[in-house]
Amino acid sequence: MLRIEGLVKRYPTGDVALKGVNLTVPDGQVMALIGPSGAGKSTLIRCVNRLVEPTDGKVLLGDRDLTGLGHGALRRARRRMGMIFQEYALVERLTVMENVLSGRLGYVGFWRSWFRRFPQSDIDEAFRLLGRVGLDHMVDKRADELSGGQRQRVGIARALIQQPELLLVDEPTASLDPKTSRQIMRLIRELCAEQGLAAIINIHDVMLAQMFAERIVGLQAGEIVYDGPPDGLTAEVLTRIYGEEDWSQTIRAAEEDEEGGEEEGNAREAHRAAPPVPDPERLAGMT
Amino acid sequence: MANASAVPAGRSRRWRPPPLIHDARLRWALGLGAALYLALALGTLEINWARVAEGIPRGWRFVMAFFPPDFVTRWGDIVEGMLESIWMAVAATAAGIALSVPLALGAARNIAPRPVYYVCRSFVALSRTFQEVILAIFFVKLFGFGPFAGFITLVVATVGFYAKLLAEDIEDMDPGQAEAVRATGASWPQWLNYAVLPQVMPRMIGLAVYRLDINFRESAVIGIVGAGGIGATLNTAFDRYEFDSAAAILVLIIAIVMLAEYASGHIRRWVQ
Repeated sequence: MLRIEGLVKRYPTGDVALKGVNLTVPDGQVMALIGPSGAGKSTLIRCVNRLVEPTDGKVLLGDRDLTGLGHGALRRARRRMGMIFQEYALVERLTVMENVLSGRLGYVGFWRSWFRRFPQSDIDEAFRLLGRVGLDHMVDKRADELSGGQRQRVGIARALIQQPELLLVDEPTASLDPKTSRQIMRLIRELCAEQGLAAIINIHDVMLAQMFAERIVGLQAGEIVYDGPPDGLTAEVLTRIYGEEDWSQTIRAAEEDEEGGEEEGNAREAHRAAPPVPDPERLAGMT
Repeated sequence: MANASAVPAGRSRRWRPPPLIHDARLRWALGLGAALYLALALGTLEINWARVAEGIPRGWRFVMAFFPPDFVTRWGDIVEGMLESIWMAVAATAAGIALSVPLALGAARNIAPRPVYYVCRSFVALSRTFQEVILAIFFVKLFGFGPFAGFITLVVATVGFYAKLLAEDIEDMDPGQAEAVRATGASWPQWLNYAVLPQVMPRMIGLAVYRLDINFRESAVIGIVGAGGIGATLNTAFDRYEFDSAAAILVLIIAIVMLAEYASGHIRRWVQ
């Protein structure tokens, strides 16, 4: 369980990105964090694994406060949190396998990682995950040869091989086309269910958030202004999060999606509770 | 379209690209000042055309003394000098790079703490201050004539060059990739190995090959002030008025430099 208490982030410029955020994410919950650009979504998830240093407040993973940890303890804590990035953030000149195995860096010693001699169990797991995300035929391709969707799958495998308890996902679909976006979101959703992972997913696309998350938190100017189920996002709530706008299109479109074709059907199943056992064949065909 | 039709005919708005220097007076003052300075500078040259005319046949005789190049008479000395220069260039490049890497890490603003950054930057700036020939004169005084002084000169020059450019490449790296590897719980050396090294590797190799090329050429120049290598052989040939042997050395230097140029171009394209 992740518990955030009174989290404040003030940047040296004086901008206050987070104004005392309180948030609890139970084990296994997939939560979407929505809000306008600059609301503090990225800052919030980066304060959890301390890529950004919080100014005040507590971040408890299990019952360990992460905010006071020293260097080594922080590295061990980071192993328990997998992160997935907007622009994939793969190391472009490393191979797919090296990128995935880099998720094990917190567990292996320096010389092993320097010579790429990872334990066989890590390599087995990397192959399993790459198979799971449908990329086991691209193991030795360089990351910069992959398409956007494929790169994000590698990013997902890299996060999962850490054996995390929590996924921090920062705009996973912002650079992807609509179809790939859904595939990626569905994959994250399914993998979380398989491994009982909790996830915080920052996302701009309200419809995707409604489709794939079981809980939605709205952030506006560093404060939580909505916390509830996906179908609680009324025009009034969206106005509170994003400001005045004609929201009828967004809401109606979301409802239509839920009734839509085969893909949306699957999404809705995933959305409800226990998702179907994933079919690797189906994923392998994806690009 | 809506805008265009809203403006009545004959009253279209004018547009000019904005000037580089906004203040018109400053713009003209700078332009005229530069032109005036150039004119005055040219005026101080005092070219004596009579002497130039006299010098041309003398220069021609000098050039003709180079032909035909004589590879035979001093062949032993030439080979020795060449090998010494190549040895100096290779060893100095390797040693220089080994010293440059930690210095470059310290001199990259995005990964080094501020105090370390300033110390390393000043060090790099210091080793870039003096031209190779000046360094060579100093080190020849310090260590005596011979290739060791040349080697040290080239190491210092390599550090100034390589550490600066490598540090700049590290500063230009993609912070996203670096952040992602940090988020896995990697230690600092692992982070360097997985996030930083892959991003700067092509440039490291490219610069190494380029520097090797420069070091060989420089070894010919610093040899003239006593720092060994093919430069020393060349200097001796000039001192003995053996211009044909000097020509042979020059031809060989040109050939090796062209070869190195060609090879380094290839290697740099290949590592991209």
